[in-house]
Amino acid sequence: MSIRIRNLAKVYRMGTEEVHALRGVDLDIGDNEFVAIMGASGSGKSTLMNIVGCLDRPTSGTYELGDIRVEKMSATKLASVRNREIGFVFQSFELLGRATALKNVMLPMLYSAQWWGARKRAKDALASVGLAERMGHKPNQLSGGQKQRVAIARALVNKPRILLADEPTGALDSKTSEDIMALFRELHNKGQTVILVTHEEDIAGYANRIIRLRDGRIVSDYPTDKDPVHQDYIQRALEHAQRMADDNAQTQSKSAASLAAVSASLAGGAS
Amino acid sequence: MTLLRIPVLTVGTAVAQIWANKVRSMLTTLGIIIAVASVIIVSSVAVGLKQYMLDQFASFGANKVWIFPDWPDDQPERYTWRQVRITPEQARGLLENCPSLKRISPIMNLQARVQIGDKLRDFVKVEGISPDWHEIEQRFVTVGRPFKSIDEEEKAQVCLINDKGVEELGLPADPTGTVVLLDSRRFTIIGVVETKTPSPLFGGRNETKVEMFIPFSTGELMRPEPGMYIVGQTRGAEFVDDVKAEVRFYMRRARGLGPGEPNTFGVEAIDQVIGEFNKIAAAFSVGLAGLVGISLVVGGIGIMNIMLVSVSERTHEIGLRKAVGAQPAVIMLQFLVEAVVLCLVGCAIGIVLGAGVIMLLKLAPDSPVGKSEIPVWSLILSVGFSAFTGVVFGMGPAIKAASLDPIEALRHE
Ligand SMILES: Nc1ncnc2c1ncn2[C@@H]1O[C@H](COP(=O)(O)OP(=O)(O)O)[C@@H](O)[C@H]1O
Ligand SMILES: [Mg+2]
Repeated sequence: MSIRIRNLAKVYRMGTEEVHALRGVDLDIGDNEFVAIMGASGSGKSTLMNIVGCLDRPTSGTYELGDIRVEKMSATKLASVRNREIGFVFQSFELLGRATALKNVMLPMLYSAQWWGARKRAKDALASVGLAERMGHKPNQLSGGQKQRVAIARALVNKPRILLADEPTGALDSKTSEDIMALFRELHNKGQTVILVTHEEDIAGYANRIIRLRDGRIVSDYPTDKDPVHQDYIQRALEHAQRMADDNAQTQSKSAASLAAVSASLAGGAS
Repeated sequence: MTLLRIPVLTVGTAVAQIWANKVRSMLTTLGIIIAVASVIIVSSVAVGLKQYMLDQFASFGANKVWIFPDWPDDQPERYTWRQVRITPEQARGLLENCPSLKRISPIMNLQARVQIGDKLRDFVKVEGISPDWHEIEQRFVTVGRPFKSIDEEEKAQVCLINDKGVEELGLPADPTGTVVLLDSRRFTIIGVVETKTPSPLFGGRNETKVEMFIPFSTGELMRPEPGMYIVGQTRGAEFVDDVKAEVRFYMRRARGLGPGEPNTFGVEAIDQVIGEFNKIAAAFSVGLAGLVGISLVVGGIGIMNIMLVSVSERTHEIGLRKAVGAQPAVIMLQFLVEAVVLCLVGCAIGIVLGAGVIMLLKLAPDSPVGKSEIPVWSLILSVGFSAFTGVVFGMGPAIKAASLDPIEALRHE
């Protein structure tokens, strides 16, 4: 299920004013990739994600998802494609407040052709994100990280070919963010295609490929270990950590462990 | 498959939604509640009133017809009493010439002087009747025996008396065997006839008079050219028009009336009264339909309004459902089901309310609507129209929900 985007443009009209959110994007993403889309706020990341996720349609250009010509489809067909092929994770979780975790995860199956065994599959999905014990909890009884896990389970429950996440860690603290990213990493290792939007280099580091947007255009597209900006960032982070470790080593020797931890987490994405 | 599963699952959601907003839902469905309650009440009362009428008719004889002398309106002076009066011969030929008649009784009016022992009374109402009179008038004997055909055949000197007569003439509670002189002829009392006072609604008066009855054939001996009329009973309500036609045909032939000549007799049936009632009932129904129509439109607008509120309150949720793949038609269905459930809840409340009012009405003693019952058709009508209202007025909000853009809906708080 590869993604093939050509000359994609999206223009928002607000009264007489036109906002060019995307200005001619060409992009190919193959099976089992782990891609991070980066860029400043307003650079068009969400717009691109929404189109890739079939939530929105481009103003012009073409988008082929496998052999589906998405830009030509009706709202009904788009809904079916979203249901079958796409799992979407949002920054703000987007769980139904009055439904339990299990019911939330079952939601996409409600709209799919395969309702039988929905409960069982929802339980499996929750177990696979480590929430087997929290199935009966409602969102307000869960932590942010747990809510995002429920959302990921929901995105995965129909076994979509593509998992999309728009700033999935944007509302989480850094420790929880690491756990969530480890989960994405694990899913990718099992063969899941993952595309995520972030503006944090640390988070992007978990992906294998980094695409950078500016003003609605792609300005760079590299494997993570060849991305100059990212490598530069790691370099500086390592140097910073080294300096901290050196300072501490003179008084306390246990910092070696923390250095090792930092390097491991930063190098993890590039492995 | 999905289109079938969604309504089923949605009913639960809808009920929960309505329960969560009990007061709001009640107010919203007020129009429906009023419409349904009024349908239930009016239709039940109509059933009760009709039953009451029929009971009243039955109590003084159902499916009754009268055949009586009648001068034509335009030139009454052309016909003499002899031409117009009903004769015993005409009465005798009636039954075999009018197959839609079940039974008849000629009735002869005599004012007689009555003497029992040393008690004497003038101008007592005495009627000559045949045995079928009991059945036609639904007046049976409480003591003794009724007239039988043998009394008729033998021109027996027997008579019946009503309970008022027993009282006024100082007879014992069982007066059978007592000898009475009617115009100096000896009669033996064989029984006491019950007195029926029809409801004031049908012109009944409370004062009852002394009445005595003798066999018609015996009466003929006393009055060679009696003033008389005929009461009859049709084979059923639906035969009334046949009976009238048959009687007219027979009577005109029996009287040798030519084609241009008017009827010199009258035939009337109780169905005229029922016809009047049915007209009133029909006018009532039209009024009711109007009332229900207006209430349903008002109710429907309430439903539409609340559904629009519901759609905008849940825009974010709709966006999420769409994002995970809910098709527009499914979203539409969800809101339609909710509107219909809302209307049906209103309908159920209306039915309960209506049934409660009917129950209260029936509690009143001697109520003319005592036999009110909720007719099944009114239940079906209520449920049908409520669901219909839900669909019609839920459609707009449902389409609005279905056509929401998922991203904009998700951005909505
Ligand atoms: N619905 C919309 N209407 C008008 N302008 C929009 C809309 N959505 C996004 N934009 C504009 O499009 C540009 C790209 O937005 P977005 O894709 O959300 O950026 P990012 O996710 O990178 O922050 C921004 O200038 C934003 O203001
Ligand atoms: Mg964004």
